[in-house]
This record gives sequence, C-alpha cells and structure tokens, in this order.
Amino acid sequence: MLAVPAVGAIACAFAGDRNARLIALGATLVNLALGILMWAQFDVGGAQWQFQELHEGLFGRFNYALGIDGIALMLIVLSVFLMPLCILASWEAITKRVGLYMAMFLIMEVVMIGVFAAQDLLLFYVFFEAGLIPMYFIIGIWGGANRIYAAFKFFLYTLLGSVLMLIAMIAMIREAGTTDIPTLLVYNFPPEMQTWLWLAFFASLAVKMPMWPVHTWLPDAHVQAPTAGSMILAGVLLKMGSYGFIRFMMPMFPEASAQLMWLVFALSMVAVVYTSLVALVQSDMKKLIAYSSVAHMAIVTAGLYALNQQGIEGALIIMLSHGVVSAALFFCVGVIYDRLHTREIDRYGGLAVNMPAYALFFMLFTMASIGLPGTSGFVGEFLSLAGIYEASSTVAFVCTTGIILGAAYMLYLYRRVVFGELTKDDVKAMPDLNPREWAILAPLAAVALWMGVYPESFLAPMRGDVTTVVARLAPAKPAGDAHLAAGKPKAAKAVDHGAAQGEAHHAGGVQ
Amino acid sequence: MTADLALIWPELILTIGGLITLMLGTFAGDRQVGLYQLAAMVTLAAAAAAVVTFFGTDTTVFSGTLSVDSFGGFAKLLIYAASFMCILVAPRFFKDSMRAEYPTLILFAALGMGIMASSRDLMTLYIGLELNSLAAYVLASFMRTDDRSSEAGLKYFVLGALASGMLLYGISLLYGFTGTTDFAGIAKVIGGEMNIGLLFGVVFVIAGLAFKVSAVPFHMWTPDVYEGAPTPVTTFFATAPKVAAMALLTRVVIDAMGPAVGAWQQIIIFLALASIILGAVGAIGQKNIKRLLAYSSINNVGFMLVGLAAGTQQGVEGVLTYLLVYMVTTLGAFLVVLQLRDDQGNQVESIPALAGLSQRRPGIAAALAVFLFSLAGIPPLFGFWPKYLVFEAAVNANLVPLAVAGIVASVIGAYYYIAIIKTMYFDDKSDTEFPKGTGTVVEDAVITASALWLSVIGYLFIGVLGVLSASAASVLF
Repeated sequence: MLAVPAVGAIACAFAGDRNARLIALGATLVNLALGILMWAQFDVGGAQWQFQELHEGLFGRFNYALGIDGIALMLIVLSVFLMPLCILASWEAITKRVGLYMAMFLIMEVVMIGVFAAQDLLLFYVFFEAGLIPMYFIIGIWGGANRIYAAFKFFLYTLLGSVLMLIAMIAMIREAGTTDIPTLLVYNFPPEMQTWLWLAFFASLAVKMPMWPVHTWLPDAHVQAPTAGSMILAGVLLKMGSYGFIRFMMPMFPEASAQLMWLVFALSMVAVVYTSLVALVQSDMKKLIAYSSVAHMAIVTAGLYALNQQGIEGALIIMLSHGVVSAALFFCVGVIYDRLHTREIDRYGGLAVNMPAYALFFMLFTMASIGLPGTSGFVGEFLSLAGIYEASSTVAFVCTTGIILGAAYMLYLYRRVVFGELTKDDVKAMPDLNPREWAILAPLAAVALWMGVYPESFLAPMRGDVTTVVARLAPAKPAGDAHLAAGKPKAAKAVDHGAAQGEAHHAGGVQ
Repeated sequence: MTADLALIWPELILTIGGLITLMLGTFAGDRQVGLYQLAAMVTLAAAAAAVVTFFGTDTTVFSGTLSVDSFGGFAKLLIYAASFMCILVAPRFFKDSMRAEYPTLILFAALGMGIMASSRDLMTLYIGLELNSLAAYVLASFMRTDDRSSEAGLKYFVLGALASGMLLYGISLLYGFTGTTDFAGIAKVIGGEMNIGLLFGVVFVIAGLAFKVSAVPFHMWTPDVYEGAPTPVTTFFATAPKVAAMALLTRVVIDAMGPAVGAWQQIIIFLALASIILGAVGAIGQKNIKRLLAYSSINNVGFMLVGLAAGTQQGVEGVLTYLLVYMVTTLGAFLVVLQLRDDQGNQVESIPALAGLSQRRPGIAAALAVFLFSLAGIPPLFGFWPKYLVFEAAVNANLVPLAVAGIVASVIGAYYYIAIIKTMYFDDKSDTEFPKGTGTVVEDAVITASALWLSVIGYLFIGVLGVLSASAASVLF
C-alpha cells in the first residue's frame, strides 16, 4: 500500500500534466481497493495487531515495522477514501505544475498511511514529520494570495511542536530500551517521568490537532491551501494529532493522563466555546469551516480524555465523521470558489434556486457537521458527550453549548450562501454540479449517512482496541462526578442529551 | 623506523604525489590541466586505498606522536573524498586561470589534515594544522586578480594566525604544567589535580581549535572567507578542513582531556549552543548563497559539538556520522551552486536571483531542496539521522536541557532553509536565465547520487554507518 503511491509519485513527477492526473487517480484508486480489501480481511476480535510487516535491522538501530489495529485501520481507510476524491477535486482547479502537485499528493498518501501503520517509534516520527514537506509545497505553490505566510506558519509551528516530542521519544527509548510501539504500550514508565513525557508529546500533538491556543496556524493554512489541500489537511492531517493522543499519550502515560486530564478539559472547553464564537463572525467561508474544525477537534480531545469507553469511541467516530464531513464542506466551498473565485460569504446568496443539487449536498453536510441524528456527526457527538458526562458534568455542559453554537454558525453560513434572494448576476450565472463534482460529493454523502445510520460497522473494529486502552487507564482514572449520586446519573444523562438533541431538532426545524 | 614508515603509507603517497603534481605543472605547463588533475586524483585515490588497508589497526608510530587507527582512518577517508571532488570540479570554474598549484595545494592541505586527524601529540597536531592552514590561505586567494578573493585570503590569514597564536599559547601552558606534549601523558596529569594554569591551557587550546571548526564566537572569518574564496575552494573549506578540525578537536578533548570532563564540557556546551543559535539567526537575511551556506556550516558545527559535549562513545559516533552526512550534503549543495550560471556564463550567487529556479532548472532546484531540507534535519531526509544521534547521545549523558535548547534552536535554522526553498519554488521567475548544461556528466551524477542518498535511501545504510562509526569511536575510549 505504501509502494503504490510512492511509485505513482515518482511517475507523476516526470509525466506530463494530463498523464500525471491519470496516474495519480489510478494509484489512489488502487490504494482504495487495497484499503477496502484490508478492511474486509481484518479480523474483528482477533489479534490486536494485524497485517504486521517487520524487517529487522533494515535501518540498523530501528526497525521497519508496520502493523495496524482497528483504530489505525479505520484511519487508513479514511485516508485512502479521501485521496482519490482529492485528486478529482483538483482535476481542473490545478493548472500549473500538475506533475509536481500530484507527486506531492501521492507522497502525502504514503506519509499518512505510514503514520497510522508505523509500529516503531522512530519510524512513526519520520512519517509524522515527513508530512510537513509536501504540505509546505502544496500550500506554498498552489495556495491563495497570502500562501507564503501560511506555508511558513504551518511549517514552523508544527516543527517546533514535534521536536519536543523527539526529545521525549529519545528519553523513552533510553528508559525502555526499545523502539517497538507494542512493547512500549505496556511498559510502565515512572510516574514523574510520565508527566514530562506527556507534556512533550502534548506540545507536539496539540499543535497538530490543533488545540486552543496553538490553533492559529490552521485557519491561515486552510484558507490559503488549494481546495484539495484543505480537504486532506482537515480530513486526515488533523487526525494524526488525535491518533497520537490515543496511540501514545493515553496508553503509554496513564498516570500522567489521569493527572493532567483537567488541562485537556480546560483547553477543550475554551476551544469549543471560543472558536465557535469566532466562527460566527467570519466572513470567509473557509475560515469559518476551519474554526469549526478546531471546535470539533476540541470535542474529540475532551471525549478522549473522558477516559472511558463511550468517550473514546465517540471521539473516534467524530474523527472519522469530521474527516469525511469537513473534507466535504471544504469541497463544497471549492465548488463555488471555482465558479466565482471568492470565498466571501456576502458575495453569494440564493444558490438554492440555480444550484439545487449543490444546495442539497451542502445541506446534508451542514447537518452532519451540526450533528443531526441520522448523520455521522450525531453518533460521535452523542457518544463522546455521554462519555464526558460520566467524567464531568460541567465539561459536558460546556461542550454541549459548543454544539449549539455550532448549529448556529453552520446554519447562519448556510442561510447566507444558499437561501435568500438570488439577486447578484454573476451568482445567477453559476451552473449546477457537473458529473465530476457529483462523483466526489455522492460517495462522501453516502459515507456520512452510513456512519450515521449504522455506525456499528465502523465501531466494531475499534472496540477491542478502545477496551485495551481503557483497561490500561483504569487504575489511574479518577472517579467521575456523575457516579456520586447512585441511581441518578442515568436519568440526568438522558435529560442532558434530550436537551442537546432538542436543540438540534429545533434548529433544524427552523429552516 | 622502517616499520613506522610502512604504517604511514597514506601520508607518504600524498607527499610524493603532491611533489609529482607540482613537477608536472612546472614542466608540462599550466595548460596540461588534464594531466596534473589526473595525477592529483590518482594520488588521492591511492592514499584512500592505503587508508582502507590500515582500517582496523590500532597502533602508534614515531614514538607515539602519530596514531594509525580507525578513527583517523574514518576522518581521512572523508577528507580525501572531499579533496577529490574539489579537484574534479575546479577546471570548469577557473577556466583559463587554472594552474597546477591548485591540485598541489589541495594535496598538501589533505596531507596536513590527515596528520591532524591522527595526531596524538601536541607537536604533530600543530604541524598538521599549520600545513593545512598555510595551503588554505593561499587557496583562498587563488584568484589573484579578484579583489574579493585576495581579501578573503588576507582575512583568513590574519585571523588564522591569531588563532594559531592562541593555540600555541595553550599548548605551551599545557606543556608547562604537565611536562609532556603526549596526549596520553597529559591525560594522566589532568586526571590528577586541576590547577588554574592547566585550565587556561585547556581553554586556549579549545579556543584555537574552535576557530578552525568555526564555532561561535570564533566564527567571524567564515562568512567573509566563504563568500570571497573561489567556489571550488569554498567547497573545500566547508568540507575537508571541517572534518579534520572536528576529528582533531574530538581527539584532543577525549584523549588528552578526557579525565577532566567537567573542565571542558561546559565550554563545548557553550560553543555548541552559541553556534546553533548564531548560525541560525545570522543566516536569516543573507542574500548570498555562499554566505548563507557559511552560516549553515556554523549552525551544523554546533550540532556536532552537542554530540561531543556528551563526551561518550555514543556521542563521538554521532559526531562521526554527522561529519559524513554533513560532508555529502555540503558537497552536493556547493556542486549545485557551481552549476548556477546565467546566460553570460557568470556564476550566480545571489539568492533573490534564484526565484523560480524550480521552473527553469527543475532537477537542480529539487536537488538543492533536498540538500537544504537535509541540512535542516527534517525527516524523512537523511540529515535527520545524525541530528537524532547527537541529541540521543546528549540525552543519554544527562544533558537534557542542552538537547532541548539545541533542538528548539534548530527550528530557527529551519526558517532560512525553507526561505530559500520558498524563493526557488513559490516565487515568480526572476530575470536571470539559467541555461541548461552547466555541469559535466560526472557532476550531475554526483549531485543525483548524493541527493538520492540523502533522501530515504540513506536510512538503509544506518546499520553499516553504525558499525563503521562505532569501530572508529571505540579507539578513543
């Protein structure tokens, strides 16, 4: 799976524009097929690590070791699913230096799969960092007007975070004497060392996530990146951060995680509310969606740090759902950007009249982003809020507020772009979706609905791994406040979620 | 005596080869470029072959003044390889002003550097260093008619003489307080009691050597000399003498001052951090690519010193690996710089002129991007690996604050590397034309090979490199 895009990348770099597009599409489709095959063959409930591949001594001090568990499987499937869509999304939008562009995207694919499949600490780091270079080029060469500032900010922010993680990794290797991730997962680091390691990893992953207050690179990068770049950035790259949380920080440093969960909760609460409010006042569509990404990722971190089964499963579903939905939303923006070349919300209006199909899709993804029942967003938010509530009702309360605000800014965006009078002439002239855009939006919509209606097919492979993580955390976990009054929590939970859903229903009903 | 001579074949070959090259130049004339160039390159290849045959022996010659061991061997191989490349690329650069003195001087400089790398006595140390330096001063001002070149030579000479003076002063103090010039003897005395005079000796010796590796605060000459010297000579300065001086510094602090770790460790830590930070900050805003690479070399020396500061075998292994990777990267980068000619055939050194290079010369731009990312130490490029090794050594030697400070400062360094890449890839084309075909097949092949090696392929060699550097480093412990 790593080899296909790698070979494709080399071929693209030397091929002509047209050929490069075809090669890239072919390579990503082959990988998609391989990903689906892998999913089909994945033995749910079998060994924790499957499809292992190990070449000892290939790199001397560290090994070339690959292998996946359920969580990694789902994220790899997400990456290979989004990749061909990204290539299609840039089919016409990218006209200069197509070969290089496609090569960069295929390298990104190698890197993403590598990050999720690496079973060796250093190999993970190499893949994790390697993503910077192609993304730097993608933003810098094919980005918008202010692309250079955005590319620099993206590169330096993420680099600064990850070098601290490298120091922590060196310390871990020294302490445990191995770079093998499955071994490290069950190694017990001394508690005070855990705190330092946790903080170093946090510095890196929080930037990648991104968490408030180190999220500022994200709106810049998203706004300046080309459509497909935003899709892959929001869809997969942000997931590397949360993948790092669940793969490294929680099982490797359980005591520190329990000790510092309040830090994560505090930052997440601030992020949910603050970024939602910021999103409300954005006039740039991409920026709005970028801020909504930060808010969603904050719910992910809060869900993960609920340190219980529902919370983590919910967070994972949000990761997958957000990967699909935000990529789709960015593409929706891209569709109209290609027609009018502006992302100003005020320049649009009344699209429902002349672009009905587009309006339908946009509506579906807006609803999924808000978390309407029946869409992917609902399942994840419900589960993670249930988990958070078990850990702390206050945090759950604040996060729920964020979801209400989320409904507010997304619907506000939708109303301004799609509804209203169709007055502007240039907007009137915009044609509806073409077949290529259909081909991109339809699979995204199908997956978003599938995840909302039958999430079990996505949850099943991950459940065992989440249980493992929870078991690892169990000794250190503090008791949640929901358990204080026996018998009551269940009822209280139901009420709380009833309210959240009611809001969503209500908000949905308004329009 | 005869037995000793049999063990210094590399040096003998270089001496004789150097003299033959000089004779060839004198009698056949400066026009016979191919002839003396070939003679010099054959000499270097033969010397390298001789080094390889001695790899693994660990002995000393001439009553313990010179060692024949894998550490010196490792360094010599790097030095000879770098010298070889610098002779290879020279004729195309100098064109009509190419003279036989160039390869001859490089050969003698290589001889001096070989002696530096394997000296284990303060006297041989100084002889090797001066032999190298004198040749280097002349090389810096090799373009006699060019003002910048003469200025570079003069600057290098004046500051170099000052550094030599400091070094000699330190040597005299060390000799005065220990009664010996032999590294092992000094180590024995230093291991006992440390007094202020000895400490001064240690400080001055390290300061003198820090000048040669251009560590901050003894780096001032580097940007000026790199900019002014002819590019093949700059290539030479940035590679071979760095290897030799770094090897020498390592041998001095580990072999001669090993027992007094506390005395020199903080000096090295200061040099390391100062070099990393100043090398990174100073490079920002440079408009000349050669000056920029000078700051980059200061920066990279800082990282090597991090490994040295650890003072452990692991640290020295890191330094050696770093030297090798750094040398390949720098050679590649300068070969690219040599290829940057405008349509008049003039060298282009200004960074703004590189704007849009990726569209005019995609191959060259891609190679330079690989070298720069590698110098910045961004994985998956191989430049990451030696950085990882030195930081690992520092962490394992309980120098975590140093490692953290160094690695955070490396982010500053990343800024200017990606700034050049921005110029080449993101900016619109500049007015400067870059016609194709400025390099020979050999040069292109070397650039391609080193760029490929520095991308992911290098990782396959980690095992081999580990064994080599471990065997080389083990002789010091």
